[in-house]
Amino acid sequence: MNAADRLKLPPVVMPEQEPAERIHNVREVPFGFTPEMALQEAQRCLHCTNQPCVKGCPVGVHIPDFIQAIESGDYLAGIGIIKQTNLLPAVCGRVCPQEDQCQKDCTVGKAHRDIGQAVQVGQLERFLADWERENHAAVIPQIPPTSGKRVAVIGSGPAGLTVAGDLIKLGHAVTVFEALHMPGGVLGYGIPEFRLPKEIVYQEVAYLTRLGVDFQYNTVIGKSLTVDEVRKDYDAVFIGSGAGLPNFLHIPGESLLGVYSANEYLTRANLMHAYNEDSDTPILRGKSVAVLGGGNVAMDSARTALRLGAHRVMVLYRRSEEEMPARKEEYHHAIQEGIEFHFLENPLEILGNDAGWVTGLTVQKMQLGEPDASGRRRPLPIPGQTSSVSADVVVVAIGNNPNPLIPAALPGLQMNKHGGIVTDEETMETSVPGVFAGGDIVLGAATVILAMGQGRQAARAIHAWLTRTTETAKG
Amino acid sequence: MNTIRKREELGCNVIRYVVDAPIIAAHRKPGQFVIIRVTDHSERIPLTIADANPDTGTISLIVQSVGKTTREMAMLKPGDAIHDIVGPLGRPTHIQQFGTVLCVGGGIGIAPLYPIAKGMKEAGNHVITILGARTRDLLILEDDMRSVSDEIIVTTDDGSYGTKGLVTDAIRSLVSGGTHIDQAVVIGPPLMMKFTSLLTKELGIPTMASLNPIMIDGTGMCGGCRVTVGGEVKFACVDGPEFDAHQVDWDSMIRRLGTYRTAEQAAAERYDHQCRVGLDAKESR
Ligand SMILES: Cc1cc2nc3c(=O)[nH]c(=O)nc-3n(C[C@H](O)[C@H](O)[C@H](O)COP(=O)(O)OP(=O)(O)OC[C@H]3O[C@@H](n4cnc5c(N)ncnc54)[C@H](O)[C@@H]3O)c2cc1C
Ligand SMILES: Cc1cc2nc3c(=O)[nH]c(=O)nc-3n(C[C@H](O)[C@H](O)[C@H](O)COP(=O)(O)OP(=O)(O)OC[C@H]3O[C@@H](n4cnc5c(N)ncnc54)[C@H](O)[C@@H]3O)c2cc1C
Ligand code: SF4
Ligand code: FES
Repeated sequence: MNAADRLKLPPVVMPEQEPAERIHNVREVPFGFTPEMALQEAQRCLHCTNQPCVKGCPVGVHIPDFIQAIESGDYLAGIGIIKQTNLLPAVCGRVCPQEDQCQKDCTVGKAHRDIGQAVQVGQLERFLADWERENHAAVIPQIPPTSGKRVAVIGSGPAGLTVAGDLIKLGHAVTVFEALHMPGGVLGYGIPEFRLPKEIVYQEVAYLTRLGVDFQYNTVIGKSLTVDEVRKDYDAVFIGSGAGLPNFLHIPGESLLGVYSANEYLTRANLMHAYNEDSDTPILRGKSVAVLGGGNVAMDSARTALRLGAHRVMVLYRRSEEEMPARKEEYHHAIQEGIEFHFLENPLEILGNDAGWVTGLTVQKMQLGEPDASGRRRPLPIPGQTSSVSADVVVVAIGNNPNPLIPAALPGLQMNKHGGIVTDEETMETSVPGVFAGGDIVLGAATVILAMGQGRQAARAIHAWLTRTTETAKG
Repeated sequence: MNTIRKREELGCNVIRYVVDAPIIAAHRKPGQFVIIRVTDHSERIPLTIADANPDTGTISLIVQSVGKTTREMAMLKPGDAIHDIVGPLGRPTHIQQFGTVLCVGGGIGIAPLYPIAKGMKEAGNHVITILGARTRDLLILEDDMRSVSDEIIVTTDDGSYGTKGLVTDAIRSLVSGGTHIDQAVVIGPPLMMKFTSLLTKELGIPTMASLNPIMIDGTGMCGGCRVTVGGEVKFACVDGPEFDAHQVDWDSMIRRLGTYRTAEQAAAERYDHQCRVGLDAKESR
């Protein structure tokens, strides 16, 4: 097929659960492409020589190559190509902000002057990963003889899982220490089932276990074991402890009953299964829920509230639609599901009744001023314009900061002013020799793919470090 | 893993468990706690490490059955395992040689008070203990507390044992009798902690309290355990659980404990019903 014909093909419409139905269950919203759909979508790719999609991908997945493999029906080759650079395609296909990455500068989208027309790289990636999982096609690689080196990985989020996967394949012994009783980090406790089925995360972990990775749950490094003990027992340490420290607004009323951090709300719902009516872990099922924030965390909280039976869910965001950092797909899904968006509204106070229960909020109307440090236009209050909204549950989803547990437990560690660990940009080594870090604990709340990318870099450097020390020991 | 070695009923729905947890036993300090899940579908609940033996690799947990999860736990027997135990969590108690330390405990709060009193005693303090209970049958761990205290006073609301009255009455009479107290520690029902704290503030006695807000992860991730101390938001699981009692916003903390009252009652009723149905089925066989 020539380029002109390819450009005429319309994007394949992803089949999805109907909004009216899906707000009553936690099953995944998009069903995924059938092989026919995947082929049709793959045929839309022009196989550009300059590969703007690859440049847009933080880990440089060989996108046109895997799309070509789909077109020629060789799925096994296709998934192999992705996995050269991306260990968790079933996850990334679902949660990456493709519209800011690979799909952003896709030639097809540009040709139509509509990013919505770009080749659906994420959906194709998901297709291959799901095919591999559903057909048990995951290849168990030949693992080299054991190196005799031991690596400790702290945290089982995407950063930690990537390091574990890469290093076990190089013959090192890997132990992953996880504070919670379940693996996956945010993939397990934060991102809801309807967006990322937990089964996917658990299968990835099962795969790593088969390769020989040892997972130690219920182990908080810095508490259960000191960082020094871990350093003594292992030849290298990777810190992937994430950005699990919820921010609050520090406005009056935040300790009222019915005010949640998004982390608590989502953890109750996901990790502890409170979406299930007879779960042992309770959650307040608000009728009218206000979510504060505009990112993925806010979308997830709002859509979870609907599935917990709310009649009205509002997202209050202090900037405008344009600045909203959430993935476009989630925003569209949220709108389809009937979530109300209140832009340019900044909460001033959370209101409560005599018994201490939330009743609503006072909000300040905002307008956009000059761009701020983030390049986005700064929201400024419009004097005198305040209003109130009523709500019986309020979810604060204004972001997370790096988890301070490990930094507090390892005094020599150099930190930046946002509470992140300072590392070498290339090797991800920290100021403490033999200790590496990556993911949200370095970047602050970022993305799955960046966490994975840093995990990759760190794994490469850890391998070099381990083999180097072998050589010096020999010499 | 996490196997129960010993189970001992201490009366009034309080059970002491000795559980295998070698890593925790080796690392814990007085004042720290664990979070457990009894089964793979249970809620995560915090429990103080009442004692530990690094040589046998065991910790003791003292649990009062108050709701679904703690009742489920009460069904466990030696040989059974607790599905998950994570810890030690929280900051250890600040233990030093203060001089005279007053340990005030009430209800199940006496369980977390015991390791602290023991630590204070070992640090060379003169330990005076006041234990409060509504009635004699509800008093636990009196002998254990006695073994680590230089003086002990028991109060009961109804006068069925010890002195009739509240722990605050006992504190007042101690102080008016000329006893000088350098530091107080109070752990018990939130209302008791609040009133004890108000009194020691008035008497100028520095006081720490161990707070028991609702928790999930215990690592500072959810913020559910937040309390207001000195006007600032603190996460009890990582910044506490002990705080300067005089700075704690008690009313807010007490209110937040009631967040899930309706759901908790329903869960406990469902659980009791299931147990009863189970029993009836057995009897009819
Ligand atoms: C609700 C929500 C939705 C999101 N949606 C998206 C999205 O759609 N797309 C996207 O790209 N990104 C999204 N993100 C961001 C993304 O999930 C994170 O950037 C990513 O998970 C970071 O990975 P990580 O491995 O660095 O850390 P995490 O995933 O945070 O994992 C860290 C792990 O370390 C454990 N840990 C912490 N301290 C210790 C310790 N001392 N000892 C042992 N274990 C410890 C934690 O329990 C946790 O399991 C979202 C985040 C949230 C909260
Ligand atoms: C740091 C800390 C240490 C603790 N140590 C002990 C201990 O050593 N022994 C012990 O028996 N209990 C202890 N608790 C309290 C214990 O966690 C609760 O009793 C338990 O969570 C109740 O669970 P449930 O499902 O049985 O009851 P639920 O039905 O959930 O609750 C029953 C009652 O307990 C209250 N409650 C619920 N969750 C908590 C909670 N997390 N903390 C306090 N009260 C709660 C509720 O307000 C309700 O009135 C501690 C709590 C904390 C935070
Ligand atoms: S930019 Fe778009 S069309 Fe070009 S190779 Fe990448 S995915 Fe295909
Ligand atoms: S229990 Fe979650 S932050 Fe303290």
